[in-house]
Amino acid sequence: MSHSFQPVAKKFWTPGVIVLAAFMLAGLAAIIARLAGGLGYVTNLDQAHPWGLWISIDVVTGVALAAGGFTTSALAHIFGRRFYESITRPALLTAALGYTFVALGLLFDIGRSWAFWKPLVYHNYNSALFEVAMCVFSYLIVLYIEFIPVICERFKDRFPALGTLYNQMDRILWVFIILGVVLSCMHQSSLGTLMVIAPTKVHPLWYTPVLPLFFLLSAITVGYPMVVFESSLSTKSLKLKPEMHVLAPLVRITTVVLGLYLVLKLADMFIRGTTGYLFTGSAQSNAFLLEMVLGVIVPFVLLLFDQVRRSPRWLFIASTMIVAGVVINRVNVFLIAYAPQTSQQAYWPAVGEFALTAGLTATLIFLYRLAVTYLPVMPVEKEAIV
Amino acid sequence: MEINRRTFMGMLGAAGLAAAVPKSQAEAWESKAKPDAFGCLVDLTRCIGCRKCEEACNAVNGLPEPKTDFEDATVFNEQRRPGEKAYTVVNRHFFEQGKDSGLAPTFVKMQCMHCQDPACASACMTGAMYKAENGAVVYDVSKCIGCRYCMVACPFEIPGYEYDKALSPRVMKCTFCFDRVTKQGELPACVGVCPVEAITFGRRRDLLSLARDRLSKDPDRYVEHIFGEHEAGGTNWMYISGVPFSKLGFPNVPDRPLPQLTESIQHTLFNYLWSPIVLFGILGGVMYMNKQKNKESADSRDGRPRRQT
Repeated sequence: MSHSFQPVAKKFWTPGVIVLAAFMLAGLAAIIARLAGGLGYVTNLDQAHPWGLWISIDVVTGVALAAGGFTTSALAHIFGRRFYESITRPALLTAALGYTFVALGLLFDIGRSWAFWKPLVYHNYNSALFEVAMCVFSYLIVLYIEFIPVICERFKDRFPALGTLYNQMDRILWVFIILGVVLSCMHQSSLGTLMVIAPTKVHPLWYTPVLPLFFLLSAITVGYPMVVFESSLSTKSLKLKPEMHVLAPLVRITTVVLGLYLVLKLADMFIRGTTGYLFTGSAQSNAFLLEMVLGVIVPFVLLLFDQVRRSPRWLFIASTMIVAGVVINRVNVFLIAYAPQTSQQAYWPAVGEFALTAGLTATLIFLYRLAVTYLPVMPVEKEAIV
Repeated sequence: MEINRRTFMGMLGAAGLAAAVPKSQAEAWESKAKPDAFGCLVDLTRCIGCRKCEEACNAVNGLPEPKTDFEDATVFNEQRRPGEKAYTVVNRHFFEQGKDSGLAPTFVKMQCMHCQDPACASACMTGAMYKAENGAVVYDVSKCIGCRYCMVACPFEIPGYEYDKALSPRVMKCTFCFDRVTKQGELPACVGVCPVEAITFGRRRDLLSLARDRLSKDPDRYVEHIFGEHEAGGTNWMYISGVPFSKLGFPNVPDRPLPQLTESIQHTLFNYLWSPIVLFGILGGVMYMNKQKNKESADSRDGRPRRQT
């Protein structure tokens, strides 16, 4: 590795971290209520709406936003752009934490949490969800393995055995790097396949047989903007120098994928003849317009400008819009578009659902903060090589 | 990170082999409908709304007492759905009948349709929902993890969930009295108790000819539609009626089996894991070549972009 990384020597208990801790306590309360009282006690799920906030945010959106992990590792390690290595570790940490919390969110959402291991024994190869579960499970292990060198690097002086492990790992790590990308492509797309089985329930603006392709493309799209988003926030909150020399060229790739996504999305709409649903003023058509305009078209146009890509502030704004667009898209497909014919009332998440989601998210950010403070994750600060 | 030439060639070989597999093995999707399966035909022109079927169902399956007594007709004032506390419910719909006769009710019994190619069974990741040989769609609680994807998948929106149970909630739906029919050779409870023979139990193909028979003998009594003959690829429970089904709370469901598209996607992409293996091979190749390139030109730009933005 040509780049070096170091722990961030900054004060840990800042006011922001204390706010995080408060959310974590609220989440803990929701978890206790969920385990003691059941899903009906803390959620507004009903017979017509079996999937709610936890599936759409904690699981589906969580997986999409962790895409920075496989997109950066593909770029730096597989496609040989070693220039980008400095961003791989923060992205790897985000992915490892992100998938851990996807698994946790899922654990509390399934009704029989204690039976979570059963898909390992009972397989249904027809089920897209089975494939997603297997891939998420395997990828979580792959991410942990990819993270071992970070731990080794930190503690190898104290435990020489870790130094040996570090050197050994270096020889086989390529298997896990490729595996991580393959597994990601598989389940990022299959998350879209999940809803293809429900044509009578998913609104035509979103329902398409190529939903898996859109899910994969948008995951690839959101990978680098997520890196920019996080890097901007963490350099600001940790008072480090913005890594513009890396981030600016990085989003050039995003512009291309985002443009491709936009073109395919429009083509799909015209082929299936769904343009008539665009301006009906219904909640669904407004949500779709918001997703496409705010999350795709505006950031695409913004990123075409050199000034936007040069300015830390504007780059952050455009990236945040893309991230928001993917969040809205996943929530749209899994909640807003989901309208069963027999549904008697609309679903709106309960306080307990918000509390658990906020609690898990806060814990994730807390652990990220903890990790960058004590482990060599952030790149060593140096002058940009131009 | 080292990839030596032999591993790389091995990977290419595996990728090539895998690429050859799908062409010979990728078969078109086939229905898994059981040839000799049982079913039921519900004749809505016969049902009198006595709710004896609901009562018998609750007794046989050990379901809780309903909110409104089985004798109490006020229950018809609202439309109910089958759910976690009742596998079957009867609803009432009123229609204008001719000029003078005023409003006449049509009663509709609802329960799991026992699809020939059930979306719930295709969706279930552990196979806790499955299609039995006798035609029933059966739920095996011992495999269930409670993900509720079956409920998302069901086009008839039937399975209910025990949201109020903290640790071991179950998916609840009509069992087609699987044990009674298979092991004891009896009729499903609702069929046996019906006083007006509104429900006929039998082989699906016999039921279809019975239905066609009734439709052709008395065309004025029935609309020309056997609900369940084609819906969702055909269901083992079927209905005939004097009123169009769209007015009776029946969901609008396409004729193709719902698992067809998703299973085709899954099998085309992932049979024998060919695409992941090919992708692994390609990425391995790219990685190897870039590794060589980086070695050759130590003074390379390290993949730094050509022009700075």
